[in-house]
Amino acid sequence: MVQHTQELRKLIAQALPELDVVLAWTSGSNQLASAPLFITAEDDLDKLDFGPMHVQNLAAYLPSLKGRKVGIVTRGCDSRTIIELLQEKLINRDEITIFGIPCTGAVNIRKVREAADGQRLRSVEAGKDIVSVTTDEGVRTIPMQDVLMEKCYNCPSQTPLIHDHMVTERNGCHMTGEAPESTLDKLDAMEPDARFAFWEESMDRCIRCYACRNACPLCVCKDSCVAQSRDPHWVDLSDNPREKLMFQAIHALHTAGRCTECGECERACPMGIPILAMKQALNRRIKHLFDYEAGMDMENTPPLFMFRQQEEHIKERDAR
Amino acid sequence: MSTVRFLKARDIAPWLEELSRDFTVLAPAQHGSSIVFREFDPARGIELSQLSTTPAKRALLPPCETLFEYETTKTLEPPYKTSIELKPTLPEGKSVVFGARPCDARAMQIFDRVYNGDQVKDPYYTARRDNATIVTLACSEQEEACFCDRVGGSPVDATGSDILLTPLKAGYVAEALTPKGEKLLKSTSFMKAEGLRQEALNSRNRILEQVPERSSFLDMERNLLSLFGDLGFWDKTAEACLSCGACTYLCPTCYCFNITDETRGESGRRIRTWDNCMSSQFTLEGSGHNPRPSKAHRMRNRIGHKFSYYPQLHDKTLACVGCGRCVSNCPVSFDIRNAVACAIQQAGAIQEQAHD
Repeated sequence: MVQHTQELRKLIAQALPELDVVLAWTSGSNQLASAPLFITAEDDLDKLDFGPMHVQNLAAYLPSLKGRKVGIVTRGCDSRTIIELLQEKLINRDEITIFGIPCTGAVNIRKVREAADGQRLRSVEAGKDIVSVTTDEGVRTIPMQDVLMEKCYNCPSQTPLIHDHMVTERNGCHMTGEAPESTLDKLDAMEPDARFAFWEESMDRCIRCYACRNACPLCVCKDSCVAQSRDPHWVDLSDNPREKLMFQAIHALHTAGRCTECGECERACPMGIPILAMKQALNRRIKHLFDYEAGMDMENTPPLFMFRQQEEHIKERDAR
Repeated sequence: MSTVRFLKARDIAPWLEELSRDFTVLAPAQHGSSIVFREFDPARGIELSQLSTTPAKRALLPPCETLFEYETTKTLEPPYKTSIELKPTLPEGKSVVFGARPCDARAMQIFDRVYNGDQVKDPYYTARRDNATIVTLACSEQEEACFCDRVGGSPVDATGSDILLTPLKAGYVAEALTPKGEKLLKSTSFMKAEGLRQEALNSRNRILEQVPERSSFLDMERNLLSLFGDLGFWDKTAEACLSCGACTYLCPTCYCFNITDETRGESGRRIRTWDNCMSSQFTLEGSGHNPRPSKAHRMRNRIGHKFSYYPQLHDKTLACVGCGRCVSNCPVSFDIRNAVACAIQQAGAIQEQAHD
């Protein structure tokens, strides 16, 4: 077993008697799939695992566990979600115990599939710099650099920004080299008509399962979401791209300046629709207008949670 | 004896183009990183190499269908009564589903018992059903998440199909199984191939031989019921579930729907759209009470429906065909195979306790 996993297990085992549950990762039904692990007893620790294939943002479960003593294993990016949840008082700091672990990047399994040229994947193994894929045609290796989650390329912090315990048997390592062209880059280069056509075509395959919404750690009005509300009736249930896009626009606006770009919305989408780009576009605007990045500072207030008569970065008549 | 023909791989597209003149042809095509059943378009091509991301169920149960259109008119004089004019909209036209897998075709028979039963017939469904021809492609192998063999099917099962295609080198042996299928095989795209009947059968037998020996999920409807009150079990089972609907919308057998009126001004339409039991709104009553308040209650329903309630009502037929789409597309890797296996084990333990 990898040393950092061993250390992680030890840290959790020590804290477990004081906690109701600890959130961590395990492997899913096969090596391509990671799954959240809910540890309540020491036996559960045997299943714990962590590596580039373990991808879920576990902070998404925290609001629903409010009121209980919860431990959570946390990478740098996930710690930003925790900070954002704390800022919004959706969770209480004294109820959570954070087990920090430095991250070397998470694998985007869709990219692995693409890199394998559509060949059926039999198994995947992630090393430090490479991903080995076994297909019907044999084993091939893909540079890790090519198949990371988009958020990993510009990751500001491999190490959690807040933690109570820290795994020391591991160092985070910044990616080297250029990030591949993102969906947002591609959209930026398009004329508005082409951009709209892109979204119409993409949303055409949306099945309206709302996995994007339910996987989003900051979507907290789940049971009274406008997507299903009849009053107000902003989204109707017709199966057309415009209605589906309307929901995505609402989702993006709801998370503007709050979204830490964890990418769970896009990762959870069973149809592979690149919806993270919408949130990135809004966050870029938030950065420009308010010089603010979500989930970086617990003492700060998200810009759309407050009102200033004069914003420092918004000059009158220049509110672009 | 049914007709047998041969279809060269390169003749598929021309055949589907020919069919498109008289039918709405649905076929699996690559769409972004997914494979979806959509109207055949020669420019988009077809994708048969892997199980499609979405099932073929939209042919019979579209994600959204208009039940009727309406227009309201108010009288100009008091008491300003409103009259409503309704325009019925039964589905018209014939369709062909090309490239369904045995699990997809089998799933359609699960709808039949509900929407086209002895007592109740849904006019929209039956119109689509009567006008649909299902061309099924036998699987060359089971994919990682597949478990059709554990729920009463197989990778080469012809149940519910009008034509069964068996892949051989360079093409497909097409066997008509119904009069609807016979009609389609009259096309000149097909070559004569009576002699290939045995070869196709051999090929299917070879595929069947590769199906692993593993435990069956049949005949467990009573077992599952004994777990109904054990909410602790369902809590544990559903703990990682996000309560989204990806599993049910990608499921070839899930058939629940919502009905809404979508009005614009004076006119509108009443539509029927897919709904899913994993959403909290699914059972939310007008009073505000929700009989399935937690994701554990909802998970219990999904598994209970497929493996217990439905089989009890419908001659032990499971409402799961083992396509595995719910497994391979779940954002948190929930595996219904494990959940059902755990349920069998847990129910066994309860029974043993009762005997002690």
